[in-house]
Amino acid sequence: MSASVKTLVDQPYKYGFVTDIEADSLPPGLNEDVIRAISAKKNEPAFLLEFRLKAYRRWLTMTEPTWPDVDYPPIDYQKIVYYSAPKQEKKKQSLDEVDPTLLETFDKLGIPLSEQKRLSNVAVDAIFDSVSIATTYREKLAEHGVIFCSLSEAVKDYPELVEKYLGSVVPAGDNYFSALNSAVFSEGSFVYIPKGVNCPMELSTYFRINNGDSGQFERTLIVAEEGSYVSYLEGCTAPMYDSNQLHAAVVELVALDNAEIKYSTVQNWFAGDKDGKGGIYNFVTKRGLCAGVNSKISWTQVETGSAITWKYPSCILKGDNSVGEFYSVALTNNHQQADTGTKMIHVGKNTRSTIISKGISAGQSKNSYRGLVKIAPKAKGARNYSQCDSMLIGDRAMANTYPYIQVQNEAGQVEHEASTSKIGEDQLFYLAQRGISAEDAVSMMVSGFCKDVFNQLPMEFAAEADKLLSLKLEGSVG
Amino acid sequence: MIVENASTILSVKNLQAGIDGKEILKKFGIEIKAGEIHAIMGRNGSGKSTLSKVLAGHPTYEVTGGEVDFQGKDLLELEPEERSREGIFLAFQYPVEIPGVSNLDFLRESTNARRVHQGLEELDPFDFDDLVREKLDVVQMDPAFLERSVNQGFSGGEKKRNEILQMALLEPTLAILDETDSGLDIDALRIVAGGVNQLSTEKNAMLVITHYQRLLDYIVPDFVHVMRDGRIIKTGGKELALELEEKGYDWVDDLEPTLVEA
Repeated sequence: MSASVKTLVDQPYKYGFVTDIEADSLPPGLNEDVIRAISAKKNEPAFLLEFRLKAYRRWLTMTEPTWPDVDYPPIDYQKIVYYSAPKQEKKKQSLDEVDPTLLETFDKLGIPLSEQKRLSNVAVDAIFDSVSIATTYREKLAEHGVIFCSLSEAVKDYPELVEKYLGSVVPAGDNYFSALNSAVFSEGSFVYIPKGVNCPMELSTYFRINNGDSGQFERTLIVAEEGSYVSYLEGCTAPMYDSNQLHAAVVELVALDNAEIKYSTVQNWFAGDKDGKGGIYNFVTKRGLCAGVNSKISWTQVETGSAITWKYPSCILKGDNSVGEFYSVALTNNHQQADTGTKMIHVGKNTRSTIISKGISAGQSKNSYRGLVKIAPKAKGARNYSQCDSMLIGDRAMANTYPYIQVQNEAGQVEHEASTSKIGEDQLFYLAQRGISAEDAVSMMVSGFCKDVFNQLPMEFAAEADKLLSLKLEGSVG
Repeated sequence: MIVENASTILSVKNLQAGIDGKEILKKFGIEIKAGEIHAIMGRNGSGKSTLSKVLAGHPTYEVTGGEVDFQGKDLLELEPEERSREGIFLAFQYPVEIPGVSNLDFLRESTNARRVHQGLEELDPFDFDDLVREKLDVVQMDPAFLERSVNQGFSGGEKKRNEILQMALLEPTLAILDETDSGLDIDALRIVAGGVNQLSTEKNAMLVITHYQRLLDYIVPDFVHVMRDGRIIKTGGKELALELEEKGYDWVDDLEPTLVEA
């Protein structure tokens, strides 16, 4: 790599601190007793324990997928801690009672939870290792009939909703990691938007892994009843450890007739150091079911962290005229590896989907787009538009695109466009000759490249995402 | 124009520079005063383009000796972006395309970088829009080009007009035009040259690098220098360009280096 395209990476990860707090953890390892213990700790109803055990038995028969374009040493699942919670007397009714160390942690992460400082138009569910610490604005949301709480609370308070929808979009046996998650998931967010309600504020979950040996297996379930709308955002960070931690989440969305769910992610897990040591393995299954007619599910993701990302937020377009969207920016630097994309499964008539994927690879990283567009036999008039663009920074990074298209009826229409560009020395010199420093130049080019995706983010987070990307690339040129 | 008692803008002495250990500029010298238009001519490989890149600070070229004084500052000590902000402008022979970055945003960033350096206020998008529309006339450019990505999908002529538009916005003290005529048809050449002439004042200077005499019909130089093997071997007035056109570069090969300013 030339001298001026060389340094772009050495920005320290500013969320890498560890919170010193006593934890109530199970010993590492996985067996049926561990699963029973998790379920007992959470006082779960029998149906849920049954769900977990079935998933576990299924998982035992499965093997880890090897098709993603990523390399990592074998994971020892018996060395992982499957439950870890900061020690405090169960969930507090008011924020004043929450351990101040935890509030401080979220403050430091830029997610103030206390009444005075919290974001004015965003409700936040803050999850620390395996438990939810606090959910803001619950009362205000309840006035509109919106349920926004941790999944454990939902299991207690709304068991029939959980039983009805949990595993309905991502069945436990869907894949290796979803089976593992279904067996051991400990926390997550639950959102229910009643019929005809336009959720009055952004809902957001912030995930924080603190314990160095624990995995995080959260599970999010969002149900939008007929004619409702919700915009939901998740953010994630973790401390810097030399070892790798596993994050295997499952997210399920259900949109009924005329409902719309907008799901945005700004993922900034620790990516490992510049030599590729440490970092999160982010193996996540996210899927939305457009169950009703005219329903819409839109995924927007900005993936900047994790040592390895394995993630394909997908839409099953079952309802006639339903719409699926996927907007993605995946940035990899140093030794990061990402294999990410989407699946759009057109089942209903006149269903439409849009895929806009932007991959940016710097350093010695590897960034792959993998996507499937499937038009089923009965999906008459289905249409898809896909655009997959890759940007390379420097000359040691790699970008791949694996688009899969299956069209099973003649009335479907599928378009695919792809491009690869490079931030090269010539562009940097051109901009420098016009008075623009290398760092500003990279940030201009990267934001320009990602514009189509950032435009889809809720306004509060678009600027944040833009800044995050510049930060991540700081020092990779110059 | 030659102005009496004009101040020196650029003074290059014994400049040695090259790429990958190969020396291209060999004790190159030139002195340019305010108001003057200098043309540098020469065969391909004589070092003309290297000179423009070295003056602009291209990182691939290595300077191994000599001095470059730009308005009292040691130019070789400055980063490329600092040279730009100080008032050195290079109109590129092959302007690069920058997908995703709007031309308008780029032009504003660039103009503001220079303005801040000069101690002026940054222009907000509204004021900048007014300014840029006024400057579009200099190169008769369609405002639609402002909305497009920098140089992306522009024809050769459009790219060169975009270069001169940038020059109009940045108001450089020294503009170096590197083979600006290459790839231009006669109409585009007229427009580009017309733009350059409008921007020439008694306070700034131009260094026009060209292979052909054609451009100099439109941008009339005060001095013509002929380069061979990394240095100037002959200097004259505008008639030297005509002589060169008539006799060809073979004539240059036989010249003894007689007149070197440095």
